[in-house]
Amino acid sequence: MNLELIVFLILAAAAVVSAILVITRKNPVTSALYLVLNFFIIAVLYLFLRAQFIAVIQITVYAGAIMVLFLFVIMLLNLGDDRLMKWKFNSTRTIASLMGLALLAEILFYVINFTTGAGLSPQAESIGTVESIGKALYAGYLFPFEITSVLLLAAIVGAIFLSKKQISDGPMEKGNE
Amino acid sequence: MIAIEALIKIVVLVVIILTIVAYLVLLERKISAYMQDRIGPNRVGPKGLFQPLADVLKLVLKEMIVPAKANKFIHALAPVISITVAVGALAVIPFANYIVIGGQKISLLIANVNIGVLYILALSSLGVYGITLSGWASNNKYSLLGGLRSSAQMISYELSLGLSLVGVLMIDGTLQLDKITMAQSGGLWNIIYQPIGFLVFVTAAFAETNRLPFDLPEAEPELVGGYHTEYSGMRWGLFFLSEYTNMIVSSALMVTLYFGGWSLPFVNYSALGANLAALVQFVTFFAKLGILIFVFMWVRWTLPRFRYDQLMNVGWKIMLPLAILNLLGTGAVMLALK
Amino acid sequence: MIPLGYYIALSAALFIVGVVGVLTLRNAIVIFMSVELMLNSANLALIAFSAYSGDAAGQILVFFVIAVAAAESAVGLAIIIALFRNKLTVNIDEVNVLKW
Repeated sequence: MNLELIVFLILAAAAVVSAILVITRKNPVTSALYLVLNFFIIAVLYLFLRAQFIAVIQITVYAGAIMVLFLFVIMLLNLGDDRLMKWKFNSTRTIASLMGLALLAEILFYVINFTTGAGLSPQAESIGTVESIGKALYAGYLFPFEITSVLLLAAIVGAIFLSKKQISDGPMEKGNE
Repeated sequence: MIAIEALIKIVVLVVIILTIVAYLVLLERKISAYMQDRIGPNRVGPKGLFQPLADVLKLVLKEMIVPAKANKFIHALAPVISITVAVGALAVIPFANYIVIGGQKISLLIANVNIGVLYILALSSLGVYGITLSGWASNNKYSLLGGLRSSAQMISYELSLGLSLVGVLMIDGTLQLDKITMAQSGGLWNIIYQPIGFLVFVTAAFAETNRLPFDLPEAEPELVGGYHTEYSGMRWGLFFLSEYTNMIVSSALMVTLYFGGWSLPFVNYSALGANLAALVQFVTFFAKLGILIFVFMWVRWTLPRFRYDQLMNVGWKIMLPLAILNLLGTGAVMLALK
Repeated sequence: MIPLGYYIALSAALFIVGVVGVLTLRNAIVIFMSVELMLNSANLALIAFSAYSGDAAGQILVFFVIAVAAAESAVGLAIIIALFRNKLTVNIDEVNVLKW
């Protein structure tokens, strides 16, 4: 057992535990914070895999933008202390959890045998840099990249349209009048 | 060996920066006093020079009050996030080139990462957590409003902050802050090439550091103290420290990206010998930093606070288009000159 | 040296946690978080394959996944806000007007 493997195992355990805490906490804010922790651990794992650009993007976009948006919405709607999150073990949820475990067992059954013995590729160091990703993105994937901008524009327009206060007959507005 | 070296550098840097921060508070109080035709703190020590010590002692000894219905853990966590993120960003800022000790070249940069600028942007995007969470965890209307304001404000201005930097990155073709400094040390500073980008960057930096005229998250007349209404003692002190550290980080980033970092025009550093050159560079960097921090304080005590809708309008309708236009212009000029 | 299988196993475990979250939870926002969890586990697998095979394509794909996730969360949260405005709840069990 070398040091890298030990650190990896600790991080992996932390990632799984934080993921489980995300779906079992009662308070959505706590869930969101554990999800941020999970994203951080995954970013560290990306660094293990020498994907430095993706690791930083992961923190900037996921932890810095998306999760802040989640927290913003949770606070805006004041969902801090509701009981929606309680795990009531009815039959559907029990079956769902069991099926989830079965799926995990199936995947692990195949993955455990999937040990090629090969380590990180020698090019791993160089393909994770900003230069290499930039070159690949603008040379081979220019069209998808441009389409992404259209997608983001559509998302902006959609988000603004949906959250506009035009729908004035909702109970939230009536309560405020 | 590398770990020990890095550890020493971290300790030295943190001590220096925290001392500077303590004295910046005094400086700010003095500057505000002179601008308002007062004297300012002058009781502790000669001319009030020991005031920071007294302040720190007071903060440490003060009781930390936690509101009864607050979320205790997050209430304690929020200031720690703020200060960690603020200090962490210092790791990639080149204060000087390198020194030579016992024939060994020691770079005065803690972490020479390939993605320095992105690292700082990532950390600055995390800074919002400290403020938002403190606002939420305090269980107080004013704190919550401050936290909500700050998350909306920081997300909005992060876009123009990031986009305004891209012009510099295009010109210098690297994300490493020491290479950006090197690129400017021979020729002209980037501010000459990127005046609009600099303007956008300064505006966004004011908004990101929650300083006046954009200090809506803690606007005293409307929100009592904003997100730190329910904080006291050293927890409040950590917010205070992180605010000033953020100011240092953004000023240092401006120095590095737009004002040539530690370099001075027409100075031949190789003639000075490595250690003397490093000293000159260090002093140069902190002189530039001091001027920019003075501008921060000058603005704070001169301009009135924006209204919230004005803040959002400026961010989305003026700064963001300006940053994009700047990017387009830079690209066009670079293509034409090629 | 960490075998590739370990990364894939971790990715699978995170994915399953996300799946179970989507299937069992009732709070729309936390369901959304579970979806993000699944996207991240897929990203982890992609990056692991990319690094072990020395091919940048996996990382490019992750870049696009992150961009799509940003768009998706903006629209999704806007939908949740609109939902809350009309129903004053984010419990998906109570949003059943389209259910026969």
